[in-house]
Amino acid sequence: MNDMTPIQTTLKDWESDQEVRWCPGCGDYAILKAVQRTLPMIGADPKNTVFVSGIGCSSRFPYYVESYGFHTIHGRAPAFATGIKLANPELDVWLVTGDGDGMSIGGNHTMHVLRRNLDCQIMLFNNEIYGLTKGQYSPTSRVGTSSPTSPVGSVDRPALPCAFALGSGARFVARGYDVSKDLPEVLKAAHAHKGAAFIEIFQNCIVYNKDRFDDFTAKGVAAENQIWCTDGEPLLFAKGTKGLSLDHTTLTLKVVDVVDGDWQAADVAVHNVKNRGLAHMLVEMPFGPFPMALGVIYDDPRPTFEGEVVAERAKLIEGKTANLGKLLSKGQTWTVEEKDAAHGLMD
Amino acid sequence: MMASITAEQEKPASVQEASPEAVVVRFAGDSGDGMQLTGGQFTLSTALAGNDLATFPDFPAEIRAPQGTLFGVSAFQINFGSSEITTAGDAPDVLVAMNPAALKTNVQALKPGGLVIADTGEFSKRNLDKAKYETSPLEDGSLAKWDVLAFDISALTLEAVKPFGLGNKEALRCKNMWTLGLALWMFDRDREPLVNWLKTKFAKNPVLADANIAALNAGHAYGETAELAGPLKKLHIDPVPSEPGLYRTITGAEAVSLGLVAGAQLAELPMFFGGYPITPASAILHNLVKMKEFGVTTFQAEDEIAAICAAIGASYAGQLGVTSSSGPGIALKGEAMGLAIMTELPLVIVNSQRGGPSTGLPTKTEQSDLYQAVYGRNGDAPLPVIAARSPADAFECAIEACRIATQFMTPVMLLTDGYIGNASEPWLVPDPSTFEPFPVKFLEDTNNPDGKVLPYKRDERGVRPWIKPGTAELMHRVGGIEKAIDTGDLDYSPATHQAQTDARKTKVDGIAAAVPAQDVCLGNDKGRLAVVGWGSTYGPIHQAVRRARRKGYDVSHIHVRHVWPLPANMGDLLAGFDKVLVPEMNTGQFKTVLRDQFLVDAVPLNKTSGQPFAIAEIEDAIASFFDGVPGHAEGEVPVNDTQLPSPEA
Repeated sequence: MNDMTPIQTTLKDWESDQEVRWCPGCGDYAILKAVQRTLPMIGADPKNTVFVSGIGCSSRFPYYVESYGFHTIHGRAPAFATGIKLANPELDVWLVTGDGDGMSIGGNHTMHVLRRNLDCQIMLFNNEIYGLTKGQYSPTSRVGTSSPTSPVGSVDRPALPCAFALGSGARFVARGYDVSKDLPEVLKAAHAHKGAAFIEIFQNCIVYNKDRFDDFTAKGVAAENQIWCTDGEPLLFAKGTKGLSLDHTTLTLKVVDVVDGDWQAADVAVHNVKNRGLAHMLVEMPFGPFPMALGVIYDDPRPTFEGEVVAERAKLIEGKTANLGKLLSKGQTWTVEEKDAAHGLMD
Repeated sequence: MMASITAEQEKPASVQEASPEAVVVRFAGDSGDGMQLTGGQFTLSTALAGNDLATFPDFPAEIRAPQGTLFGVSAFQINFGSSEITTAGDAPDVLVAMNPAALKTNVQALKPGGLVIADTGEFSKRNLDKAKYETSPLEDGSLAKWDVLAFDISALTLEAVKPFGLGNKEALRCKNMWTLGLALWMFDRDREPLVNWLKTKFAKNPVLADANIAALNAGHAYGETAELAGPLKKLHIDPVPSEPGLYRTITGAEAVSLGLVAGAQLAELPMFFGGYPITPASAILHNLVKMKEFGVTTFQAEDEIAAICAAIGASYAGQLGVTSSSGPGIALKGEAMGLAIMTELPLVIVNSQRGGPSTGLPTKTEQSDLYQAVYGRNGDAPLPVIAARSPADAFECAIEACRIATQFMTPVMLLTDGYIGNASEPWLVPDPSTFEPFPVKFLEDTNNPDGKVLPYKRDERGVRPWIKPGTAELMHRVGGIEKAIDTGDLDYSPATHQAQTDARKTKVDGIAAAVPAQDVCLGNDKGRLAVVGWGSTYGPIHQAVRRARRKGYDVSHIHVRHVWPLPANMGDLLAGFDKVLVPEMNTGQFKTVLRDQFLVDAVPLNKTSGQPFAIAEIEDAIASFFDGVPGHAEGEVPVNDTQLPSPEA
């Protein structure tokens, strides 16, 4: 994000003239709308906004936003974003990637952009499948996923994107899902964070992995199976009837019942976005026995990469002037005089 | 070679023979013996003495190979003289061997009658065993072909540094300075610049500085005072006549770095350099880190791919993106190069070639990435390729790469190699005010009064505008998918792909008209034989052609800088010769390009030993086109096709 004066825009201003080419019903439509709704809320300026993506369904995203956009190559969006941001730290850079793009072929770049803490928003659309290549299992697919390359069910254990992000040194980790009305709030928080903000967005691939996230996104079960993390608030879910508490013996989380809203009595933990240990537990707690942790799970800023690069440069060049002639003649030199040209004289 | 010398000074062969103008010295020792440093400092003193010179550092890939072993030998060869020097020399006149392994691996290259200087202190049974000598070559008569001067340099060094109270190991480290002192005496060199250099180098440890200076002086004094009958004698090499001006020595890696900085300045752009450590390309990143006051941002990426992608990102954001690597890294960057071609963004890619395939020969030289540079990407993905011929030439080539990249919105590949990168030569420092600027103009107002901006609207040269994010009202999207004419909107319909493929090819082909016409750097522009080279084979080819012309052969040297697209007159020029010989340090890659482009019967002369061509090798190949009979004036001798060199030659 940048510190430029907020600009007045509407959702319409962020729609490009390109025809959106995702499958009808794809979760990507909802995410696009959520982003287009968020951008006016944060006062973003189209001319200073750049969407950078890799390859995959999600990576078509930049074409549909009326800003600058760069649809690059598979898995490498973080590297392009790094060059863009270092070249012009004023630009507001959004990365769009998917579970295949960002966790498989580009896993290495995801790790390094996070550990360097480049100021950008990284939206990882996780649909647990390769969509654009027609439905192969992905690095986040659950064990047993049937696909053209795993006809009797996949055997690879899935990666957990948010745990990976924390392990890579991310200073902001959040979760949301495509049709969530709260997604713009999560995106807003990500944008407000100075540094690399990692947002895993569960996204429904209606063709190859339909309704994969229904067990916590479907209307009837959402309240029961989602826990929204809010800084300073108790970790409650199921309409306040349940909460997460720290088991002081095993140092793990446990689900506790909350009677009559008395969460203190039930020893429900209070969410603290600066508590890294808690963040690890929240993103790794197994779904089923536990609800799915959503919202801003971790947010503890550190100096940004581009800020450090600029500062380092300033230090290195302090007192130096850019004199090309001087640079070229650096080191030990000697002069051949006109009159001595035939003999060669050293000085 | 002196960048400035262009006039051909051909002398009769007899004069050349009678007055030896050049000497080749090779320092060889264990990789821990500091031979590269010794060679580097001897080079500097040679330059300061006004001699022309060329060097060839030759070291193993291991940082510290086991001591005393054959594969741990590190060597540094320098050829210097009183006339133009273009190669590191074929056979050394003097070999300094710091241990048995260095002797074994290098002595066969020495000229018959040449001088071996050996440190007897290192010729122990154990070291002889490591070098696989059964008996000491210093004693068994096996070096009879050469003059041998063997004495205990180790002991003499220990003696010289005794007053400084160093430990035995540290004291022996001064051996290279002792040897250097002796070499300075042999060639009548001033010690003072080295004394000053040692004082600066060891400023924080004056004892070490003094010890090294004492060793240097002792070696020098040894030459001066030792009552040695025999081969050790003082030689004086006259300074080379050279163009007046300010000189310094420069390596290829330094020249590329300076050229990139100069190029970015001439384009009036900040430069972004993305790199990942790899031998022998890392030196460019090391250098640029120290030049940040010129608007240089350096980025050590997590891998080769990220290095180029970040550079492309920076170009997209309005800087001059540059990346650099060697063959294996260039292979990894291939897909991203395609994106830069597709999105038509400027980018300079420097390839310091080394022996391949795969890891190959990390520290040795080869020119075997030409196919990779010209053809090595998926799809029809043309990009211009420029090849530097020498360390000093690399400076101009780097500027040229920046010019073409920014003026034509295209990635450009600059080829150097391990030899050019590490070798050094004197360089007449150019005056920046003589450089022609090529300032970049970004599009700031829409180029389409009737509607939205047209990011892919081409000018008469087929070049699209460069639009920086941050520019109001010109928002647009670029990417690797095929795009519509002018608008750049996604469009992979058959007609569009045909038209855009053609447009990309036409644009790059058109660069041929924007580069200088191909000249003949030695000899006539028509005749019996043209020897066509590119890259670092310039030196040996030039000398071989010069010698062949002195013998009366009608042979010319054509050196190609613009490897792709080839200069517009190249085909006509080659057609003026009966035969074309292409010496290359690969299996015949440029030969294939020439055959393909001009249907010319280019004959290959190939070498892939990791070592540069010897002049004699090319001279022999040239002679075979003239029946090997010297003295046939103007080469008016029917070519004997049966003697054409084979690819194995």
